[in-house]
Amino acid sequence: MADTGSAITHTPSVVATPAALAAIRELLRDHRGGIAFFQSGGCCDNSAPMCFEEGEMIVGQVDKLVGKVGGCPYYMDFRQYETYHSSQIILDVEDGEADGFSLPAGRDGRHFITRTKICAANACNV
Amino acid sequence: MQINKVYVPPGQPGSIVELKEKYGNFIGGRFVAPVKGQYMEDISPVTGKPFTKVAKSTPEDVELALDAAHAAKEKWGEILPLSERAKVLNKIADAIEANEEMLSVAESWENGKPVRETLNVDIPMAVDHFRYFAGAARMLEGTITEVDKDTLSYQIHEPLGVVGQIVPFNFPLMLASWKIAPALAAGNCTVVKPASPTPWSILKMMEIINDVVPPGVINVVTGPGAEIGKALATSPRIAKIAFTGETVTGRLIMQYAAQNIIPATLELGGKSPNIFFDDVLAKEDDFMRKAVEGFVLYAFNKGEVCTCPSRALVQESIYDRFMAKALDSIKKIKQGNPLDTNTMIGPQVSAQQIQKISSYVDIGKQEGAQLVVGGQRAKMEGDLAGGYFFQPTIFKGENNMRIFQEEIFGPVVAVTTFKDESDAIRIANDTLYGLGAGVWSRDGTRAYRVSRAIKAGRVWVNCYHSYPVGASFGGYKISGVGRETHRMALEHYTQTKSMLVSYSEKPMGFF
Repeated sequence: MADTGSAITHTPSVVATPAALAAIRELLRDHRGGIAFFQSGGCCDNSAPMCFEEGEMIVGQVDKLVGKVGGCPYYMDFRQYETYHSSQIILDVEDGEADGFSLPAGRDGRHFITRTKICAANACNV
Repeated sequence: MQINKVYVPPGQPGSIVELKEKYGNFIGGRFVAPVKGQYMEDISPVTGKPFTKVAKSTPEDVELALDAAHAAKEKWGEILPLSERAKVLNKIADAIEANEEMLSVAESWENGKPVRETLNVDIPMAVDHFRYFAGAARMLEGTITEVDKDTLSYQIHEPLGVVGQIVPFNFPLMLASWKIAPALAAGNCTVVKPASPTPWSILKMMEIINDVVPPGVINVVTGPGAEIGKALATSPRIAKIAFTGETVTGRLIMQYAAQNIIPATLELGGKSPNIFFDDVLAKEDDFMRKAVEGFVLYAFNKGEVCTCPSRALVQESIYDRFMAKALDSIKKIKQGNPLDTNTMIGPQVSAQQIQKISSYVDIGKQEGAQLVVGGQRAKMEGDLAGGYFFQPTIFKGENNMRIFQEEIFGPVVAVTTFKDESDAIRIANDTLYGLGAGVWSRDGTRAYRVSRAIKAGRVWVNCYHSYPVGASFGGYKISGVGRETHRMALEHYTQTKSMLVSYSEKPMGFF
């Protein structure tokens, strides 16, 4: 991503909490082919991290790999990626049903969520 | 508008809404238990407590609904005269209208939207939609092309057959009618999947209209999106899929549609700019008050609207004066029990939404946006203490911030200023979305110029949040594909038969 010259120039990144990593491990037991995350945008599910079996969603030219969580890819539309500038996405788990067509976080009744840390001057390097 | 009335929640003594312990799917004209016998709790956002159960369906239930729809499609779409189809749509409208108050209370309790909105907008609009399409279907005409004097080409609209329709949680009945009315009018049968947080009100609607709709024409299956939504959208037994929701799911739906080579129409959200030029404050008059109200409309339906005017662009010369008036109005917003006709803002639809909204407020603060008002979950008393209430919130910041770029789907507006007309247009279009926009000015030619320059499917001029049927609705850019709320929606629910007829008796002469 090009440096825009603004104060915020870091690229987006993603990390997962221990609860999210545990949920990913649970999912991988049932979905041997792997799982992948797609950052949602817009309408009723806005910032929800959508979790699918790998290959369910065809990864296209618009998809930018933000990083990997628990060994699983986390994608975002490149146009959205450009607006995320220095956001560190923190993947976590909360109670409640998953949004859209997303898999639950490990088991029914829990879903993945994102929190965000806006990184200033390398503060979010992991 | 009715005033000073507090409705009793569904199922409680004295309520106008009868409530069962649980609800099956609506398939083939009756309520049937889900094949695997599982149910899920339906939570009212007003209290945060479950109030009934609906079917937690599996793909087998979707198959049953498709069986019923396929069994009904020939009679509905091919045998029944158009006048009879139109009569059914009108009877649906009459039945909903006769139960307007009951459905308004049901919708309010399940979704959290104030009953003054359901009484005055959601349900009357649903009624009007069925009436409009009852008439529109009869105006749908084919064309004839005279290829030569003895050769005519007839373009005839034919129904698609059975369609799948996925409805969001923010206007469960109104948006269901936006989808069901044109599908039926064009001669199709439908399988509808309501949103997971709001599966019940449409079942109440089916109870009301069951007597007037032939079995199998409308089928409703409730359950989780990952199972039911996917089973419906991937089914080779649907001829079209319509979806309102977010972008990743929209993409997935289009991908499934590509595999089946069927059309998909999508409405996928927005980040709509609401632009206020300096002349709105030129006089202290009704128009000025209307413009200020237009700003505050971001809190309509607690901001859970795809076209929520969630970015306000205020000309810098009037910013302070305009915002003072807006803040005055916002302070007067009455938040509370949505079944109270005086309540202006109810709870968000779910705990999940509260989490997302709070997360965006956190992002806004971290990005350095100025929190002008609100920003927290609203604390309520008594029965409402567990409800999902969020304070009406205003941020001031810059358009490149994430709170200006992403849809928050809550009562949160991000405000920025602009210098002149070209600056306003540049900021308005600096977004991935293109669903709605508002332009406020006393100068009609300026309003026209700006409206034409904005890349959005709906531009409101000197008004906002009005959705009359007859005005088309749909998105530019990544906000979607296709149009609703206009007779052109019938094109999305028909295919074209071209009959090429020769009235000549002479051979072609090739062989």
